[in-house]
Amino acid sequence: MKKIHLIIICIFLIFIFTTFYLSLDNKKIYNTEDMVGQKIDKVELTLFNNNKTFNTKEISNYKFTLFNFWASWCAPCRKEHKNLIKLSKNKNLKIIGVNFKDNKTQAKEFLQEMGDPFFILIKDPKGKQSVNFGVYGIPETILVNQDLEILKKYIGPLDIKDVNEIKKIVKQ
Amino acid sequence: MKKIFLILILIFISTKLVAEVNTKDKILKNLRCLVCQGQTISDSNSDFAKIIRSVVDDKIQEGLTEKEIYKFLSEKYGDWILFNPPLKNNSYILWFLPYLLFVLGGAILYLMIKKTLIEKK
Repeated sequence: MKKIHLIIICIFLIFIFTTFYLSLDNKKIYNTEDMVGQKIDKVELTLFNNNKTFNTKEISNYKFTLFNFWASWCAPCRKEHKNLIKLSKNKNLKIIGVNFKDNKTQAKEFLQEMGDPFFILIKDPKGKQSVNFGVYGIPETILVNQDLEILKKYIGPLDIKDVNEIKKIVKQ
Repeated sequence: MKKIFLILILIFISTKLVAEVNTKDKILKNLRCLVCQGQTISDSNSDFAKIIRSVVDDKIQEGLTEKEIYKFLSEKYGDWILFNPPLKNNSYILWFLPYLLFVLGGAILYLMIKKTLIEKK
């Protein structure tokens, strides 16, 4: 009987140790890796300069599309902007900017000062449209192919490593 | 007659409103604020929580059911946004392990008590 007790205690200790080990190894930070491979919804978005709409199904006309969620009040967006300018020169890639919860005048001033990399500019003054893309903070960038499938999702400002990765993907 | 009719309409509207508020409250309490530390969307004052509250409001107005709203949000943010993750292939252990441990514990306890009683006799 003592042997059985010992085995049960050992199994229990191994179970606790394994659970804690796996939990500690597990990244607690939320990431959107699961979203890669999913298709984005066909939704109507409002253009920044007028109240005309743009349907996301139109992006099937372009080989690759990069959705960038930004605002003039967001410091990391300022940091990544030069990288978006670099990417905007790529012929295979169209960049769609989504201006997130921003003041229109300040957004315009931001683009005048830093340059405008956007092929299409969308406005999302209440931040609700961004929910359709699984955005929970800015800057966020999503690379989508012709089938509206998410190829990559970048949380935070794009760095030069991300730029090279995107260039490599769109070159294919 | 008109008064009764009016009262009935008022009762109907207020019941519908109360039901809507209850559903919204239930949904918001089952959604995790992704930018907060263990807070629900209902409790949080973050920008993200405010947006999700507003989106849930819109979806209820559009006539989506509670399940459809959870489905919409988990498609966008993953199951992590739900405090009650759905039963899926990869969450069987999460759901059934506590029951399994409970049954196992009960069985061990039963055997131990049985053995002690036999020894006493």
